[in-house]
Amino acid sequence: MSGQSQRLNVVPTVTMLGVMKARLVGATRGHALLKKKSDALTVQFRQILKKIVSAKESMGDIMKTSSFALTEAKYVAGENIKHIVLENVQTANLKVRSRQENVAGVKLPKFDYFTEGETRNDLTGLARGGQQVQHCRAAYVKAIEVLVELASLQTSFLTLDEAIKTTNRRVNALENVVKPRLENTISYIKGELDELEREDFFRLKKIQGYKKKEIERQVAAAKRFAEENFAENISLQRGISVHSARNLLTTSVEKDEDIIFSHLVFFVCLFFFFLGVALVSLD
Amino acid sequence: MANRPQIPTKSSALIAVIADEDTVTGFLLAGVGNVDLRRKTNYLIVDSKTTVKAIEDAFKEFTAREDIAIVLISQYVANMIRFLVDSYNKPIPAILEIPSKDHPYDPAHDSVLSRVKYLFSAESVASDRR
Repeated sequence: MSGQSQRLNVVPTVTMLGVMKARLVGATRGHALLKKKSDALTVQFRQILKKIVSAKESMGDIMKTSSFALTEAKYVAGENIKHIVLENVQTANLKVRSRQENVAGVKLPKFDYFTEGETRNDLTGLARGGQQVQHCRAAYVKAIEVLVELASLQTSFLTLDEAIKTTNRRVNALENVVKPRLENTISYIKGELDELEREDFFRLKKIQGYKKKEIERQVAAAKRFAEENFAENISLQRGISVHSARNLLTTSVEKDEDIIFSHLVFFVCLFFFFLGVALVSLD
Repeated sequence: MANRPQIPTKSSALIAVIADEDTVTGFLLAGVGNVDLRRKTNYLIVDSKTTVKAIEDAFKEFTAREDIAIVLISQYVANMIRFLVDSYNKPIPAILEIPSKDHPYDPAHDSVLSRVKYLFSAESVASDRR
């Protein structure tokens, strides 16, 4: 699988991180529970396996005894007993009852056999061999008992097998798909959040530096202003100080230049004016 | 668990038998036989004249019936319709292969028992190793 499919497609936010963490916790807990369930089922499964093997072995013996009993009955009561039996069938008086047994949430069927009503074959073999017929009947009822138990074991075996497979599949899916994906998503979100934090930090640093520079500039300006103020105060108190005199001088020189220039302009204007007046008077 | 077949809990259910005449006679003597109003029996006597088709139909009918919880089938009969027995995978009714008088019981042919044996030996080997 590629890296993209290994994580969920989410927006990397703190909320999503919380959600993912909650889901991871849930997946971990579910995984632990399913593992326990699988273990419980496996224990049950092994018990059933042992029982099935022993029951299958005993079934052979029981069936042998019961067929032997039937042969005895046939020998004593005559061959036509089977026709009497076959003709006599009306409703079953030996039936099974099914109930459920719950093993770790898996419902296993259990069969019990029971007889209802009176046995109708009582008169079978009344003429001869009644003893053997009843003996044969008892042997077959015993066989039914074993077979019913075996049937419920076998059904439980199949059901449990299916349930164990399903549970194991879920355990593996949680362990190998869901949990890594959630973990990847969480690490991805964390990485993205760290990245954002670093960017933010850098921006703050930058702003801080800028502000520091600004403050320094302002402090310097204030200092200069204070110095100037101070010097001015002192000069005002002492009259004219050397420093301010020089300042004054330089400013006056600048002013002089201005004055000279403006005087020049004034004089030129004046010249033109007089020239004009002279021309008018000449006329 | 939606696809898991439901296990019906009923107060009473029947046992169906598909076997040779002697075995069926024995079980009928024990009192499992039932004939309903339409003269339908819950057993099938298999002899040399019974066709495989008839056995198949009986098997399908017994496994589809609601009131049957266990189907007993002689192993040599089960071998005739092995494909049907093997493809059957519902828990109820339970299919049980029984030995018959004239045919010795062969555990290798029993679909469930072969699986059980396989798992059992694998597990005992694993537990021996442990």
